[in-house]
Amino acid sequence: MGTDVFHSEVPMTVNGSGHSPVVDHRSTLLDVLREQMDLTGAKKGCDHGQCGACTVLVDGRRVNSCLVLAVSLEGCAITTVEGLRDADGEGLHPLQRAFIERDAFQCGYCTPGQLCSAVGALAEAEAGHPSHVTGPDTAADAPVRLTKEEIRERLSGNLCRCGAYPHIVEAVEDVTRAEPVGQDRSGQDADGTHGTQDEVDA
Amino acid sequence: MKPFRYVRAHSVEEATAAHAGRAASRYLGGGTNLVDLMKLGVERPETLIDVSRLDLDGVEEFSDGSVRLGATVRNSDLAAHPLIRGRYPVLSQALLSGASGQLRNAATTGGNLLQRTRCPYFQDLGKPCNKREPGSGCGARDGVSRDHAVLGHSAQCVATHPSDMAVALAALDAQVELRGPQGPRTLPAAEFHRLPGDRPDRDTELDHGELITGVVLPSSAAGLPSAYRKVRDRASYAFALASVAVVLGVEDTRVRTVRIAFGGLAHRPWRALRAEEALVGQEPTDEAFLRAIDTELSEAEPLRDNAFKVPLARNIACDLLRHLAAAPAAPTS
Repeated sequence: MGTDVFHSEVPMTVNGSGHSPVVDHRSTLLDVLREQMDLTGAKKGCDHGQCGACTVLVDGRRVNSCLVLAVSLEGCAITTVEGLRDADGEGLHPLQRAFIERDAFQCGYCTPGQLCSAVGALAEAEAGHPSHVTGPDTAADAPVRLTKEEIRERLSGNLCRCGAYPHIVEAVEDVTRAEPVGQDRSGQDADGTHGTQDEVDA
Repeated sequence: MKPFRYVRAHSVEEATAAHAGRAASRYLGGGTNLVDLMKLGVERPETLIDVSRLDLDGVEEFSDGSVRLGATVRNSDLAAHPLIRGRYPVLSQALLSGASGQLRNAATTGGNLLQRTRCPYFQDLGKPCNKREPGSGCGARDGVSRDHAVLGHSAQCVATHPSDMAVALAALDAQVELRGPQGPRTLPAAEFHRLPGDRPDRDTELDHGELITGVVLPSSAAGLPSAYRKVRDRASYAFALASVAVVLGVEDTRVRTVRIAFGGLAHRPWRALRAEEALVGQEPTDEAFLRAIDTELSEAEPLRDNAFKVPLARNIACDLLRHLAAAPAAPTS
């Protein structure tokens, strides 16, 4: 497949490695990951941003990969469930271990999205981002302590049709009590920026 | 989905120039609604102009105390911004009551304003919808109308606007900054969205090709007690059945400043000007609040399935007014 007015080459980093897939402009990140890169961890649940099974990290931020056009991601660093690692970069991410220990899944279809979403949610709380249930008097520049209520609210974008929610919340709670939480392999610059982007198809 | 061209704009001028003269062009922000509508076949652009990386991602304070929100600031970053949390809590709360963490990380200020109704008849190509296809009829008016409008609807359209953020902006007297081929202009947030009338295909006053570049929050509401309350079918991650944004300033036991906007009730955020007028100068009592809100909601015309929205809106508005009347003023700096 070559580039033309409807296709573009999109350099990006996926789980720490550089890739330059040629993508149909219609392709979502989810489709490119699954169909062109054989990274089938992220799942197509609803394909409309309603279930969260497709959640991945883009430049360290969790997003629904089914609603992100791959062509818009030039220079971005993507982390999928396959790229999650512990702080040493070798074993399972602490959240993955906690999910196993807490039996936080049944069929497992939503699990990759739950994990990536939880990684993102922990980073957001660490950065002091409030949620709908964060008290108005909470300091704006300090990490938010994640209670069960906070975890449920922050992960509300990830549905689990097996209903494993109680164990998912416990697994995430376990990890919030045991720092450090590990790393993603986004290859992101320390300041969160990415390279310059050229117009793809004027 | 139809094939389309993709252009990344590097400046506002480049974006509007790329859009000019192309009827089937769309600006791409976070894509959380547009990409979905493209999958559904509701939107069929020939060219997408990606404006998500324009240099409009800052929150800046001006010397007069007003605050400018760039159009590409992500909803999650805006909700977490110390200036917004401290001075305009209603906006932070509204943003955090909408969507999910993943969606808020992608959605932009401009895109949030331009998201389209989630009326199921609008999203289903197999159903009639005057908004999607003018003249085809309205499936919702005599259909399943539980989520639909009770105020300001027309024979042509009973859809509601889904944004929480826009409701807070209407209550804050925010101004929406636009840039089009004819140059820049500004519209009050409360007048940015339209009532459906006989042109339900037009959601907003935006002209074709105009780009939202930012939103300005005036200093007048900064630091006044303000809050957002939303009722929905689930505890999280659902659109409003009814919501309300309130800014309330009480001095010497009298209401000095009050701004009320409802969400989930109409085709646009519903600024309750009659209720506000009834409250200014009054003592902030339960009776005064109830009387004022009833004045506003007396013109409601519920559909078959949604009469419950009127007492629901009344209850959350009165409750929030009472709550804010008892609150100390937030810090202004």
